[in-house]
Amino acid sequence: MEMIKIDKKDWNKGLDRSRKTYRLVGPVKRAGEDLAGFYELADKEHPDMGAADTVLSAKSVVYPQTEVMFRYTTDKNSPDCNRLKRPAADYSPRAVIGIRPYDAAAILMLKKNFDTPDYRDPYWCDAYEACTFVGLAVDAPSSTDFSTSTGSGPFSEKGLDVLLVDMAGHYLAKVLTDKGAAYMKAAGWQRAADAKAAAQQIEKKKKAAEALIVSSVSFDKIARKSILDLYKADFWDDVAFSCINCGTCTYVCPTCWCFDIQDESKGKTGVRYKNWDSCMYPLFSLHGSGHNPRGTKTMRARQRFMHKLKYFLDKYDDGIMCVGCGRCVRSCPVNIDIRRVCELMNRYGPDPDACAV
Amino acid sequence: MQNPYEPYPVRIDEVTDATEDKSLKTFRFVFENPEDEEKFSYRAGQFAELSVTGLGEIPIGIASSPTEKGFVMFTVFRVGKVTSYLHNMTAGDLMGIRGPLGNCYPWDLLEGKNIVIIGGGFAFTTLRSSIVYMLDPANRPKFKDIHVIYGARNPGLLLYRDELYDWEQRDDIHMHITVDGTDDPDWKYNTGFVPTITEQKAPAADKDTYAIVCGPPIMIKFTLPVLETLGYPHDQIIMSLENRMKCGIGMCGRCNIGKELVCKDGPVFTLAQLNHTPREY
Repeated sequence: MEMIKIDKKDWNKGLDRSRKTYRLVGPVKRAGEDLAGFYELADKEHPDMGAADTVLSAKSVVYPQTEVMFRYTTDKNSPDCNRLKRPAADYSPRAVIGIRPYDAAAILMLKKNFDTPDYRDPYWCDAYEACTFVGLAVDAPSSTDFSTSTGSGPFSEKGLDVLLVDMAGHYLAKVLTDKGAAYMKAAGWQRAADAKAAAQQIEKKKKAAEALIVSSVSFDKIARKSILDLYKADFWDDVAFSCINCGTCTYVCPTCWCFDIQDESKGKTGVRYKNWDSCMYPLFSLHGSGHNPRGTKTMRARQRFMHKLKYFLDKYDDGIMCVGCGRCVRSCPVNIDIRRVCELMNRYGPDPDACAV
Repeated sequence: MQNPYEPYPVRIDEVTDATEDKSLKTFRFVFENPEDEEKFSYRAGQFAELSVTGLGEIPIGIASSPTEKGFVMFTVFRVGKVTSYLHNMTAGDLMGIRGPLGNCYPWDLLEGKNIVIIGGGFAFTTLRSSIVYMLDPANRPKFKDIHVIYGARNPGLLLYRDELYDWEQRDDIHMHITVDGTDDPDWKYNTGFVPTITEQKAPAADKDTYAIVCGPPIMIKFTLPVLETLGYPHDQIIMSLENRMKCGIGMCGRCNIGKELVCKDGPVFTLAQLNHTPREY
């Protein structure tokens, strides 16, 4: 694995050089917007590496909040009347600079949903395949970060092509994939670092960052409990008591992938588009008959936690659908904490490890 | 791999009123591109998304049988935006269908078995597909006794009435048509709710006898205990579910009943399978 040293004075130059072959995406705070977010950068714009901890996750890079799937005309005089056409979109190479390791890990979870043996969502997959993820390790985890206990972590390499570690005057870049090597070449960052020394420096910073993470979740016992026992557990009304079903948790979450499909016409033309949706909303599951299988807020809150912490775990046998970024904990207006819910679920009922007496 | 969200263009070939109150209509579609019909190769029990540009898509069970070539057929209840618009469309109009989606009834397992079909009201579409499929001369020898118990509130609300009365005349299928009530003095068939007729007419449970049950929740609620009393084990009671859907391919996340998705892992489940789910349908 190659280690490269990038002097910060060469940073913007390298980014600019890479623009010949890559479109750049990175964290920026734009005029008129309250929050920094991951956006495609304009020609002379550079990522604000100090703003990488965005309120919304970086999932929108491959999974925009609104995305046109098809265009159509309903003009009966047109030979294309009522035929759906996928509009051309730019799937040329994109480099996502400064994505946090937990967000990159989350994108791999989304991949399980959108790239399956049976079906491939072409919008998600085409965008994903165009991306090279140049991540930035987390030196100062937030107080709500519990990523180390979810299989991610502040220096996790999952889903990344390059991991950048900030060494004050320079970045150490750990090149993880061929895609990552190609990007480093395009940026002209080719100065090899002493691999052994660099690995030691990174390891030291990693240990220090991990030591700053003070909260964790355990789900070791959840896998061995039945879906129905957890579903019928007595704590759901309590968990959902303060929930206002605002959906903030699902919007800030890097692993929430549910979406809606809607048509919108203006005159005789229109679009069919995909929108982020949320299991917090009654309309999400409302039948045409008026019946709603998840008709109460408790049922909807339970669906979110059961999906993340049990259904996903059972379905893929690859951990929970949560990377521990802590965004939902920070953004929830009524202080619902997924760490507490996970603990309730893990502890619920008879301990599967207890000895029979 | 093709775009799974892109419907095949189809033309409406024929629209007929399916019930006397006209709340359901049956649509026959013909594929604009003959090769699409081959790609849309389906089995009885699957569904499709009907797409009306400008309004959206609706998931509807396929009512035609794979043995019927040259068209596909759907019977649609007028309930919302898309279905109301669809009810006003006419022969010759172009729209789209996407599919086939979901699993089918377990035909490989059902071969060589007695089949008891129990249906109520509008939920007879994929059951019609199944009956036509099984009665096809090439397929009929693969199944033993076939019983059909089908009821509606009154005779005018029975779907596919002409076919029902034709099947009634045949000796290779036992039809038990029923209505909740009727003032027609010439009504020749049963009167009574589906669970009651099931109790009276369904064959005894047997290791080779499978029930396929589709109907409104109230019918299901009272029919399942009857089948249990008759001794049907839960893995020989097959049901088809409905839930709100968008993508139909297991991605949009709304139709789950626990970890199973009705659109992709279903819509067909055995009662034994459903017993392990939260049954959020």
